Amino acid sequence: MTNYVIDLFNRSIGGSRAPLESVELPGPLNAGKKAFSDAAFLQPCPPARKESISLCGVFRSYANPRGSFTPALQNIDLEIEQGEFVCIVGPSGCGKSTLLHLIAGLDRPTSGEITVDGSPVNGPGTDRILLFQELGLFPWLTVRQNVEFGLKMDGVSKTERRDRARVFLRMVHLSHFEDHYIHQLSGGMKQRVALARSLALRPKILLMDEPFAALDAQTRDMLHDELERIWKETSPTIVFVTHNVREAVRLGDRVLLMSFRPGRIKTQFQINLNRPRHVEDSDVAYLSKEILGQLREEIDRSFNAEYSREEKR
Amino acid sequence: MKKSVNQLIFAAGVLAVWEALALAKVWPPYLFPTPQGVAQSLYEGFKDHSLWIGIGVSLRRVVIGYAISVVLGILLGMVLASNKFLEDTLGRVILSLQSLPSACWVPIALLWFGLSETAIIFVTITGSLLAVTQSTKAGFDNVPRILSMAGRNLGAKGPQMFWHVLLPASLPYLLDGLRQGWAFACRSLITGEMIYISLGLGQLLMTGRDLNDINLVVAVMVLIALLGYIVDGIVFRKLDASIRNKWGMAATASS
Repeated sequence: MTNYVIDLFNRSIGGSRAPLESVELPGPLNAGKKAFSDAAFLQPCPPARKESISLCGVFRSYANPRGSFTPALQNIDLEIEQGEFVCIVGPSGCGKSTLLHLIAGLDRPTSGEITVDGSPVNGPGTDRILLFQELGLFPWLTVRQNVEFGLKMDGVSKTERRDRARVFLRMVHLSHFEDHYIHQLSGGMKQRVALARSLALRPKILLMDEPFAALDAQTRDMLHDELERIWKETSPTIVFVTHNVREAVRLGDRVLLMSFRPGRIKTQFQINLNRPRHVEDSDVAYLSKEILGQLREEIDRSFNAEYSREEKR
Repeated sequence: MKKSVNQLIFAAGVLAVWEALALAKVWPPYLFPTPQGVAQSLYEGFKDHSLWIGIGVSLRRVVIGYAISVVLGILLGMVLASNKFLEDTLGRVILSLQSLPSACWVPIALLWFGLSETAIIFVTITGSLLAVTQSTKAGFDNVPRILSMAGRNLGAKGPQMFWHVLLPASLPYLLDGLRQGWAFACRSLITGEMIYISLGLGQLLMTGRDLNDINLVVAVMVLIALLGYIVDGIVFRKLDASIRNKWGMAATASS
């Protein structure tokens, strides 16, 4: 039933306005609940392409206290081009963060295959840096030492580390704070330290987990501009998770909408608006409204799921 | 500034009350020390070098015992934190042993090592080892997951992870344990030194008892407390303050 409604909805917005291309995903994704238990439908993965992140038939489930397994991600097929800026939106608990952890190699899929530039992901690597929502800055190090951390682990010499850290601190406008400790900074500054720390390793892939969620609107706007500029200068592939649809449309080449548990990629939207964009642009607002409509459905589903669980107790 | 003035006023008050009680002769003089008597004992003790020797000998022992406790305790704590099986088995044993006061270990120390330096150091270790172990374990257990994930994410592996992430992240806990371990080591040392003619401060306490010299007993007690306080102030409080400063924790009342 829901799938039918989604189908209708997608069809209805499909031809509405030129920049918005809603791509209904074909095949097994719409097979619904049956898909999780039924292994037969799993297609063999196509040979992984170079120069991209590719996820094929990725499942991830977690043991829950009731002794069964809660599926977090279900049959994710995803292809991300080198240098692409992809935003992922979805209700909380839909597995967005899990997806990033999997690509980062900090977590392993229950089944399925993840390849980066053609080789399978087996654990973390400095070509893929995850920017955590909670940042994870080291309180015992100064700002510059935090930015240097990855380079130090990599065995880069002291002087080169320092020079590189300074380049990236300048990029995020924190040159004057390099000798400060983390607790002496504001939220937005911490965010930028974390960004500089990630960028210092010159990752090919930058994974960002709701990085700007806790910031005020002005700081967020500023960081959007900075992130876009840095993306243009250093051209990494960015996978950006957020629950803010406007932010997604503001930043992304493509926006993926994930469904509530189990997390699947429900719809994707190609965002063909010219850059630079601004969250207040009317085009951004228009597209956001479209996507938000679909996100609302998922949020309703997540609320309903929570309610029914509480009633059962 | 105000703090030291307050402390001076307090010390003067204590001395005045003490002196008043001594002058009032509420208790017989051989049971109640006087400020002058204690000062006299300290003066004579330092003059005939017995206190200097006591301090030197005791410090050497406590430093050796404490150093061994720190190395073993940190290793043991790490092992317990990283191995669930050992935590459930050895960890529980260690927890139960912690309720034994170091005096309990004196008979074993005597049987194993006889009336020797080793026996005293052994007793010292029993006091501080477990405190260091426990706090090391707690420190590693409490490293926020996000920090270890961030470390792995940024390319830290194996020993790097330990030296650059886990150890510094658990330092606040660790320091608490090291500090507590030092205090416990000092206490246990005195217990150990009461075993036999050992030249240490504990021995001087027993001499005071044997000579029925309450002033000497109190003088040595004051000295021991003072030594512990000074070391705590020179080493641990500074370390603590520097960590709190870096991490942005609230300062404690003492620093």
